[in-house]
Amino acid sequence: MSLTSDPPIDPPTEPATGPPTGPSTGPSTDPPVDPPAAKAAGPGADHEALTVVPVRHPWRWVAIAATAVLLAQFLNGLITNPGWEWDVFAQFFTAPTILKAVWITLQLTFYGTAIGFALGVVLAFMRLSASAFLRTVAYGYIWAFRSIPLIVQLLFWFNLAYLYKELQFGIPFGPGFFSFDTMNLVGATSAAVLGLALHQAAYAAEIVRGGVLAVDSGQLEAASALGIPRFRQLRRIVLPQAMRSILPNAANEIISLFKGTSIVSVMAIGELFYQVQVVYGRNGRVVPLLMVATVWYILLTTALSVLQHYVERHYAKGAVR
Amino acid sequence: MSAPSDAMVEIRSVHKRFGSLEVLRGIDLSVRPGEVTVVIGPSGSGKSTLLRTINHLEKVDRGWISVDGTLVGYRRDGNKLYELREREVLRQRTKIGFVFQNFNLFPHLTVLENIIEAPVSALRRPRKEAVAAAEKLLDRVGLADKAAAYPGQLSGGQQQRVAIARALALEPRLLLFDEPTSALDPELVGEVLDVIKDLAHGGTTMIVVTHEIGFAREVADTVVFMDEGRIVEQGPPADVLDRPTQERTRAFLSKVL
Ligand SMILES: Nc1ncnc2c1ncn2[C@@H]1O[C@H](COP(=O)(O)OP(=O)(O)OP(=O)(O)O)[C@@H](O)[C@H]1O
Ligand SMILES: [Mg+2]
Repeated sequence: MSLTSDPPIDPPTEPATGPPTGPSTGPSTDPPVDPPAAKAAGPGADHEALTVVPVRHPWRWVAIAATAVLLAQFLNGLITNPGWEWDVFAQFFTAPTILKAVWITLQLTFYGTAIGFALGVVLAFMRLSASAFLRTVAYGYIWAFRSIPLIVQLLFWFNLAYLYKELQFGIPFGPGFFSFDTMNLVGATSAAVLGLALHQAAYAAEIVRGGVLAVDSGQLEAASALGIPRFRQLRRIVLPQAMRSILPNAANEIISLFKGTSIVSVMAIGELFYQVQVVYGRNGRVVPLLMVATVWYILLTTALSVLQHYVERHYAKGAVR
Repeated sequence: MSAPSDAMVEIRSVHKRFGSLEVLRGIDLSVRPGEVTVVIGPSGSGKSTLLRTINHLEKVDRGWISVDGTLVGYRRDGNKLYELREREVLRQRTKIGFVFQNFNLFPHLTVLENIIEAPVSALRRPRKEAVAAAEKLLDRVGLADKAAAYPGQLSGGQQQRVAIARALALEPRLLLFDEPTSALDPELVGEVLDVIKDLAHGGTTMIVVTHEIGFAREVADTVVFMDEGRIVEQGPPADVLDRPTQERTRAFLSKVL
């Protein structure tokens, strides 16, 4: 039927004659103010000889100059103002205590992200499940952990031992097989990791769920029409495609978690920000030590951004856009 | 119920509703092995829904469907039909190929990976074997040089031919096509129909939903006209398309021809 319909009509592809010559190119307008110019570029003109003159932007140059001057002043101040105490900065930037603190910060970020996203994926699929019970539980979790400020939650975990003296493993509500003293189990660092991860999981769940929802439903349909096993459908077909929209948001989350670890300093854990505070509390050199922390945060965030670029490129396989 | 018949597909009084809308209102249809059945009908008449119930992408509310002598989606025990587990339904689907209107190729996998995915993961074929078979299939649909391309790099007609190769890779007993050429530019329709015709002449059993009346006339053994969830008329193309007995069939054909 559509094979026998009318042949497609070729639209005229002839370009309009000559470039427009101003506001008055309409056929029936009165003679323009400047008829000779209009005529020169008219139908008979030599098209090869026309050159393009870009619009000039004088104010842009003014803005560039002003910005450059301000920037130069700022950099000059950074270098010449003795208040920055760059020698102190250099002394502490790679000091063993600081390096150790950076390492702890990285560990908090790593475990917070890994556990947070693992739990987040589970919560995301609970929210997408057919069971109203699982959906509600997952939603309740996300609601709760998004509502409680991270710092409040961390302090709760830190004081867990006060709430539950010991943790028992055994039959639910029945006899226990073995038990832990919570004081030993939840040391300060694990309390911090736990807090960060549980907090992160709530956000990760929504990011993962958003990514999964962004995958065209036809993809799952095609996969199940082909008889591909359920778990494989998710791992091989849905998640790689969901990754494209998950990644930019996840990178944001990881970076903000990385900087958010500084909040853990309230629990006296020797991560970067806490350590810097300890040092300037001793020697009083607040500004250079804050710069030590700042530069480390900037360096590592940059590294994460570079990593993000490559991971995103990996998952962009086959994408037209 | 399924008294052993020689039918490849047996559909008996199938009903399906979405909420208050009854989309299928008692469908009976048999397709013999090697036969090509073309389903036509106005938009919303339930053609896609019927096709999707055949591989259990939609569950029926009443009635039953069997493919190659096996109930689809259920196991019969006495007078009860027990719903199958998803894993068993998935296994049944490997015997039924489905080609979608908008291809639904996996965009992040190459053409070759698209084709071998199901044989490797669902049928547990060795990868090497699956690749060799996939290359043969690509050759058959005229795309031997596109194995390493991503779907996004292909034209619509090429994508649909890959989708057909992907369905064939499972060596299904039955192929279902849901308007395989409706999403294509007119000049690409021919290349896809040629592949389907080729399969038809090769003796593959298939059910094709399409608006291409010329194709139906040329390839179909049986043409089925559906309207408002019922089969209004069925028979050889010469009867249904040229000498329809029902007024509704005539009205529909006069609009599309
Ligand atoms: N998942 C669904 N939920 C609710 N209604 C649906 C669903 N799928 C289909 N329908 C409705 O069922 C009716 C039949 O749909 P179906 O897709 O089977 O028609 P069709 O004959 O294939 O039409 P077309 O030629 O437009 O593809 C339509 O009214 C449609 O809106
Ligand atoms: Mg349809």
